[in-house]
Amino acid sequence: MTGSTPTTDAASPADGSTAPVATSAPGGLVKSVVELDRVVIRLAGDSGDGMQLTGNRFTSETASFGNDLKTLPNFPAEIRAPTGTLPGVSSFQLQFADHDVMTPGDAPDVLVAMNPAALKANLAELPGGGLLIIDSDEFTPRNLAKVGYATNPLEDGSLEGWQTVPVPLTAMTLDALADSGLGKKEAERSKNMFTLGLLSWMYHRPTEGTIRFLERQFRRKPEIAAANIAAFRAGYNYGETTEAFAVSYEIKPAPMAPGRYRNISGNQALALGLVAAGQRSGLPLFLGAYPITPASDILHELSKHKAFGVRTFQAEDEIAGIGAALGASFGGALGVTTTSGPGVALKAETIGLAVMTELPLVIVDVQRGGPSTGLPTKTEQSDLLQAMFGRNGEAPLPVIAPRSPGDCFDAAVEAARIALTYRTPVMLLSDGYLANGAEPWQIPDADSLPDLTQAVAFATEPNGETADGTPEFLPYLRDPETLARAWAIPGTAGLQHRIGGLEKADRTGNISYDPANHDFMTRTRQAKVDGIAASIPLTDVEDPDGDARVAVIGWGSTYGPIGAACRRIRNSGRKVAQIHLRHINPFPADLGEVLARYDRVICPEMNLGQLALLLRAKFLVDVQSHTQVRGLPFRAAELAAVIQDAIDSTTAAPANGVLQ
Amino acid sequence: MTTIDLGMPAGSSTPPGPIADAVTASVQSHGEKRTELKAKDLKTDQEVRWCPGCGDYVILNAVQSFLPSLGIAREDMVIVSGIGCSSRFPYYMNTYGMHSIHGRAPAIATGLAASRPDLSVWVVTGDGDSLSIGGNHLIHALRRNVNLKILLFNNRIYGLTKGQYSPTSEVGKVTKSTPMGSLDHPFNPVSLALGADATFVGRAMDSDRKGLTDVLRQAAEHQGTALVEIYQNCNIFNDGAFDLLKDPATGAQWSIPLVHGKPLVFGPDGASCVVRDDFGGLRIAETNQVAADDIVVHDATRQDPSYAFALSRLSSQDLRYTPMGVFRAVQKPTYDAMMTEQVDTARAGQPADLGALLAGGDTWEVSA
Repeated sequence: MTGSTPTTDAASPADGSTAPVATSAPGGLVKSVVELDRVVIRLAGDSGDGMQLTGNRFTSETASFGNDLKTLPNFPAEIRAPTGTLPGVSSFQLQFADHDVMTPGDAPDVLVAMNPAALKANLAELPGGGLLIIDSDEFTPRNLAKVGYATNPLEDGSLEGWQTVPVPLTAMTLDALADSGLGKKEAERSKNMFTLGLLSWMYHRPTEGTIRFLERQFRRKPEIAAANIAAFRAGYNYGETTEAFAVSYEIKPAPMAPGRYRNISGNQALALGLVAAGQRSGLPLFLGAYPITPASDILHELSKHKAFGVRTFQAEDEIAGIGAALGASFGGALGVTTTSGPGVALKAETIGLAVMTELPLVIVDVQRGGPSTGLPTKTEQSDLLQAMFGRNGEAPLPVIAPRSPGDCFDAAVEAARIALTYRTPVMLLSDGYLANGAEPWQIPDADSLPDLTQAVAFATEPNGETADGTPEFLPYLRDPETLARAWAIPGTAGLQHRIGGLEKADRTGNISYDPANHDFMTRTRQAKVDGIAASIPLTDVEDPDGDARVAVIGWGSTYGPIGAACRRIRNSGRKVAQIHLRHINPFPADLGEVLARYDRVICPEMNLGQLALLLRAKFLVDVQSHTQVRGLPFRAAELAAVIQDAIDSTTAAPANGVLQ
Repeated sequence: MTTIDLGMPAGSSTPPGPIADAVTASVQSHGEKRTELKAKDLKTDQEVRWCPGCGDYVILNAVQSFLPSLGIAREDMVIVSGIGCSSRFPYYMNTYGMHSIHGRAPAIATGLAASRPDLSVWVVTGDGDSLSIGGNHLIHALRRNVNLKILLFNNRIYGLTKGQYSPTSEVGKVTKSTPMGSLDHPFNPVSLALGADATFVGRAMDSDRKGLTDVLRQAAEHQGTALVEIYQNCNIFNDGAFDLLKDPATGAQWSIPLVHGKPLVFGPDGASCVVRDDFGGLRIAETNQVAADDIVVHDATRQDPSYAFALSRLSSQDLRYTPMGVFRAVQKPTYDAMMTEQVDTARAGQPADLGALLAGGDTWEVSA
């Protein structure tokens, strides 16, 4: 490796570049190759321009090339906002590197703008000197007027602060497809593949995967497949031969733990984790769900896996989705419902029923901006308190959260483990950033996944006796260790019983309005959830020196940005501890003690301080909340500045302690 | 005892794995499945807590007497209910049961029936539960044709909340919440179900043990969702709601018994009958005023629901000309059977190899 060592998480490519190496391209053109340690690219265009597909393909090629990466798709809620307008801009950002990266990058090094709207919406985030590739064909007076450009930025000098490369992407795509037999409109649609070809050349990406993908995708429309492949190749060849791009870039593969890898999104990983949980418990997986952004892809993915006995039920509404899942759980299936925040609100009453009936159930909330319909396609962490408390009565349930797209797999297995072992609904809080973001994922060995068969243990015999000594089944007799109640499924002879939402008498499960019993059962349900702490690891503190005075605590998808910020802090000579929670209810048993060790505890969240509220309430620790609800992940640089302030206000700043 | 064909898949369709293991283990320790039951086998030790004189008692007794004739073991029956007086039903039945939340029983039962086709799943609900708060789940269960038997106890009042008008109350009903009379037009549950293309729809009276048992039996035999509307008297908040049909003096005049294959003739001395009207619907006529051939012969098996719908529209909200019996019973593939078939097809085409699934898509190897 010739670039810098992995230090900061998003520096400009120049930081990690080496002197260009001159090479000769076909046609005698002299081109040079610059080696970089990381790049952040943002592709931006109209919703109809196929930027998400282009980004996903570039990601796949980059992943299979062996770079580490993180992605940030960012698209409007409208399927097709009016063409060429600011609300219609869709973008895809990825950071890839020769070392492990934790975020999609704070700001792009390269911005590809497919039209004036994409330029206007994204230019402010492209640092000065950054590379700006523009489809000049789209900069027509009409398109410029649509977004309020009085003059053409390609001509008025306003782009002088960037390395601007106007490329007639549309015209060249049409040229390349002149003999394809496609009409102009159809041929134009391949310009995203032309762009992908150009980028593939610029960054030395392999091309075979994309060609295979296009052949597969348009199996039934071979002329469209051929056109897209032709455009893709034309873009690649253009890069190789044009004088407009004198430099191409090489980013070496990142060192990764040995093993087999694939690229995976959070929703995909979560769905596979659920399938795995079904297989490892031996129970049929039943998903009851209603379509909702950004969770629907889990329904789509699971519906493909019927060969694993997975039954997916697209219900008439959110309530029916969870109702059917709970009904399936009553019958002995692993019941799951997937949704986003508004759906959780609708499911609240049924979650309460699951708490009362003490049946296993996994509720996946892929959080999005709220309240109400909010920001359907943007990320947020504002459902934590809804997950914790959004029900009538004292209705505790375990809450867990994944920290990265690939981690959604493990979180799903863990949610199922808790649900089955403790016979309880479990809330799994993913979010839009994890759901749609992607990263390389080391494929686990299926046999090494947790064995959940012990968690199931259906009752088959009476577990008590009546006053006269007749054996009877007591559905609310509990395991003394886990406090899980006995679980007998319909079809089990002799164990017929009735459960429901009315308060249960201890042991028998009969209706009981007895004051002492209600008090006892309420406390028992709480104790059961609290007791889960005994089955989870103690707090995982990442503090390389072991003597940091400031800790940063987070949960969910902020892991990447917080981790990247902590790296910057450490690289500046300061010390900081990072604590990231998988289990938010119950907390790890030692969390209060751990937090009390630090002079300052900072809690960054994409909400207005919900975890901070819980930590303060539970541990009387003066947690400093740092919040943001922009619908986007934190920028590592911003977090680093906040952490630095906290550290420097408690201890003297180190000499030369400048943040990079 | 002869048992009837319930359309349950032959043999053990209990999902393999821990579910089948538990079922098998329990059956082994009991010797074998006990399917010869008596009414008392279905009673529980729970004290029945409906108001004395409530129509629900009569229905409970009828169901407990009738269910043993199905030849299903107690453990293979599940009763799911919502909220309301009728929804206490599961507590009094020695089967598996869930007393769930308001309006959601059809959804919960759908998940159970779709994942456990080996069970006989029944829903007990009321007019408020199924037609107000749970209206959406009811119509979707009906259109999907999941293998569920839905017993809708219609007393035309909210009883458990002490006497507000319900979605089946007649217009102008004076209740605690409508001192000047209710304004909304009632649902006819049978019309609603037929509008949702329900494959089986019947109606019976709580006090008519024979008629009720007959409709329940046909519902049980039906493969798919069966809706049975049971007129049920609430003697506290809406006493006498169905007296027009129950009273020997008026009952015969205003009820139209539906018997498959029999002409629709009713009333004292068969004085009234049902004939086609000029607009493709049905109307009431005096038997001696029409030709015998013009009298409609009841056919519950017509695929087109319009005929059954027209039948349901003969009655008005004051209950005159109320057809009683089975309106429609047609065969269609059930949702749960089709779901099982898709799973079986997928399984036959591809082994369930978790390792291969996880390693799907484009992968690459990083070596040490």
